[in-house]
Amino acid sequence: MTDTYLDLVNSGFTKTLAKRLGLPRPAVLRRYRAGDPLLPGPVLVVHDDASSATADALAETLLGWDLDVRRHSSKDDRFGAVVLVLTELGAPAQLREPMLAVGGVLRGLAPGGRVVTVSRTAAEAGLTPSVAAGRQAVDGMLRSLAKELRGGATGNGIVLGEDVGLDAPSVAGTLRFLLSARSAFVDGQLLAVTGDGGSIPADWDRPLAGQVAIVTGAARGIGAAIARALARDGAEIVVVDVPAAGEALAAVANEVHGSALQLDITADDAAARLLAHVTARHGRLDLLVHNAGVLRDKLLANMTPKQWDPVLTVNVTAPLRITEEVLASGALGAAPRIVCLASTSGIAGNRGQTNYGASKAGVIGMVRASAPALAETGGTINAVAPGFIETDMTARIPFATREVARRLNSLQQGGQPRDVAEAIAFLASPQAGGVNGQVLRVCGQNMVGA
Amino acid sequence: MTHPSTTPEGTPLRDAVRSAPLRDAVIVGGNRIPFARSGGKYTHSSNADMLTAALEGLIARYGLAGERIGEVAAGAVLKHSKDFNLTREAVLGSSLDARTPAYDVQMACATGMETVVSLSNKIRLGQIDSAIAGGVDSASDAPIVVSEPLRRALLALNRARTTQHKLAALAQIRPGHLSPDAPSTAEPRTGLSMGEHQAITTAHWGITREAQDELALASHQNLAAAYESGFFDDLVTPFRGLARDANLRADTSMEKLGSLAPVFGKRLDTPATMTAGNSTPLTDGAATVLIADRAWAEERGLPALARVVDAEAAAVDFVRGTDGLLMAPVFAVPRLLARQGMTLDDFDLIEIHEAFAGTVLSTLAAWQDEEFCRERLGLDAPLGAVDRTKLNVHGSSLAAGHPFAATGGRIVASLAKALAAKGSGSRGLISVCAAGGQGVVAILEAV
Repeated sequence: MTDTYLDLVNSGFTKTLAKRLGLPRPAVLRRYRAGDPLLPGPVLVVHDDASSATADALAETLLGWDLDVRRHSSKDDRFGAVVLVLTELGAPAQLREPMLAVGGVLRGLAPGGRVVTVSRTAAEAGLTPSVAAGRQAVDGMLRSLAKELRGGATGNGIVLGEDVGLDAPSVAGTLRFLLSARSAFVDGQLLAVTGDGGSIPADWDRPLAGQVAIVTGAARGIGAAIARALARDGAEIVVVDVPAAGEALAAVANEVHGSALQLDITADDAAARLLAHVTARHGRLDLLVHNAGVLRDKLLANMTPKQWDPVLTVNVTAPLRITEEVLASGALGAAPRIVCLASTSGIAGNRGQTNYGASKAGVIGMVRASAPALAETGGTINAVAPGFIETDMTARIPFATREVARRLNSLQQGGQPRDVAEAIAFLASPQAGGVNGQVLRVCGQNMVGA
Repeated sequence: MTHPSTTPEGTPLRDAVRSAPLRDAVIVGGNRIPFARSGGKYTHSSNADMLTAALEGLIARYGLAGERIGEVAAGAVLKHSKDFNLTREAVLGSSLDARTPAYDVQMACATGMETVVSLSNKIRLGQIDSAIAGGVDSASDAPIVVSEPLRRALLALNRARTTQHKLAALAQIRPGHLSPDAPSTAEPRTGLSMGEHQAITTAHWGITREAQDELALASHQNLAAAYESGFFDDLVTPFRGLARDANLRADTSMEKLGSLAPVFGKRLDTPATMTAGNSTPLTDGAATVLIADRAWAEERGLPALARVVDAEAAAVDFVRGTDGLLMAPVFAVPRLLARQGMTLDDFDLIEIHEAFAGTVLSTLAAWQDEEFCRERLGLDAPLGAVDRTKLNVHGSSLAAGHPFAATGGRIVASLAKALAAKGSGSRGLISVCAAGGQGVVAILEAV
């Protein structure tokens, strides 16, 4: 649905008026279009004293993408992005110099600009308190910095596992995703790169070429956007939804030149039918997106099985069972990817959503526990947790509540279904092979549950 | 003389056409939209809308977007003059490659069957590798025809060059000419509606009201059970908010059916037995079937449910002769069975289109009647009884409704799926009667 306020403050007379009155002015976000430059300006690489070798290596990676890479800034420089390399940080005090350097260029950050930190995990046994303090400081600093940015600029971080090498494909892969327009509505997030797995795609614009994907709940909204994003990135798509949604499902299938399977994922034979369809048509399954989900909001005090049961069954019990059967089937390709839809409601909770919150938190538990099994097959399983997304579902929220909900994040607007789809397409890609068992929020840095 | 060294993509090899053994034409699957009662959910949908929707669902199910299909054939019984190229227009409005050729067929209620037969024959001959058969009808969006005097006056007006001649043409129009001719199912040569024709046949064969209501009840119960079991999940795609056939009454009963007043045969000497419950209603809907050469299906990982074994058309002289309007299949089936060396016992499933319950029951009665079989069919003995547990097991037109040209596609796709589920070699017989005293029957066999 359209965000009229966003349109008004970005065009004509009302734009001037909003500026004079000091009204919040949500920006039109920079979103991915094939052929657009990766960044809206040069990229500045900044590092703490100990991390200069890491910074050199990452600068090489950036140069390999034909970016205009700068290592120093002067007062009036304008940048499309800042990459802040802090991997070898030894103490919180060492943040001072690089942070002040970044602060000096923030006013010149282009609309839709990016700040990306690269650091290492603080949650590692055996770290000295000083090192752990420094690494953890990056977390709080980045989240605060992201809230400071305007004009559709975002701040996100990559957190490397202790043993993950800088040349791991997912370091470059995640860095590129966070710099790119594909991460438009990802803000204030720190994504862990947990391993050296994955590979750099032959073509960054078609990283999923030749992959076979299933998307559940694909008839409309976020599911349809996922099907479009995966198809655009090169995947062959099987779209799934309940038989009653078949008309819209067929339209999506034909649009992405895929096939439609009318199937209730809660049926006993759902996994068997999914596998039969995809193996008969394509021989294997590479990407499975558990997107199908339902809402039945009710205060717990008024909750009946009518609201509780379908939400738990569709949102978490069915994905659990299908994942289990798919893993046992032997039908998975060489580097399988499973991506699940969680929700910020499953992280922060939401009034009237004990059922939904339980189901979406359950998905997060499932993802974390399934990660080792996927790693054994050479694959990954991750979740994406959308915040306020402009869909038919959120369009039904009463006007005032909706206006408040969609402004309560650092980007001061709701996300689009395609923003969620981009995050899923990234996690499904070969370059995300080192990201496993993680939850990536696509919420514009929602104030709730941060 | 030179030959091209390469074959254009999608062209069956010439050897396939020349060499003697016929290939198999297999039913890959089908798709239809739920059937709506006339004046219901599809009131504002045209034949082109519905046929395109049914095609789009088929394309989606089998991943055919952007594919060039060998040929598409479909048709409608109630057709606007603007629908002269209905099937080709539906293809152009679909996700198929626009280079897919298409043609219209019209053989009354046997239209859908005839598209399946003719296209599968082309596949068997090796002329094409893939085809989509189908049909559509809208009783809601039916063409309205102006009266004959008005039509003549309007044509004269169109030809008139001068104001004087135009006024003269207009002056021929009388108020009575302005009432339009509504569409009807009346036979042009007898003036009798299809229901009145069937009422004569029903009475002739002594079919009781109770037997007709029982058949109608079974149709509703079987169709409802098939929906409940998910049988139609890969046969039907919802359209315009309708997910199941609107005519289906899962909770109907002998009592409810028995309470309906007769609508046909009220002027006959015998008691009238045909009601709105044991006759098909006017219906809107569309159905399609994907047919292919086996290799074509295999290359795409698509199923081969059943092959089209053989088919036969027949017609009766219901105008001057003694046969009922809808009794042509009674003659077609024995001819087909004789050619194939089969009997009714050779079939695991039998589909007899329920134009009226009386049609099905009259057909069964005729095949069991020794005198009729000897004198009219030229058989030494009765053709035999149909095992009712094999008849229309997933419901038929009494429950689903009957959008005339769409019925053949509905039956072929459902039967092919049911035969495949029964296992390789399972055989099915289809019988569809049609206006004009015609009928088309066919045999399918699970691959």
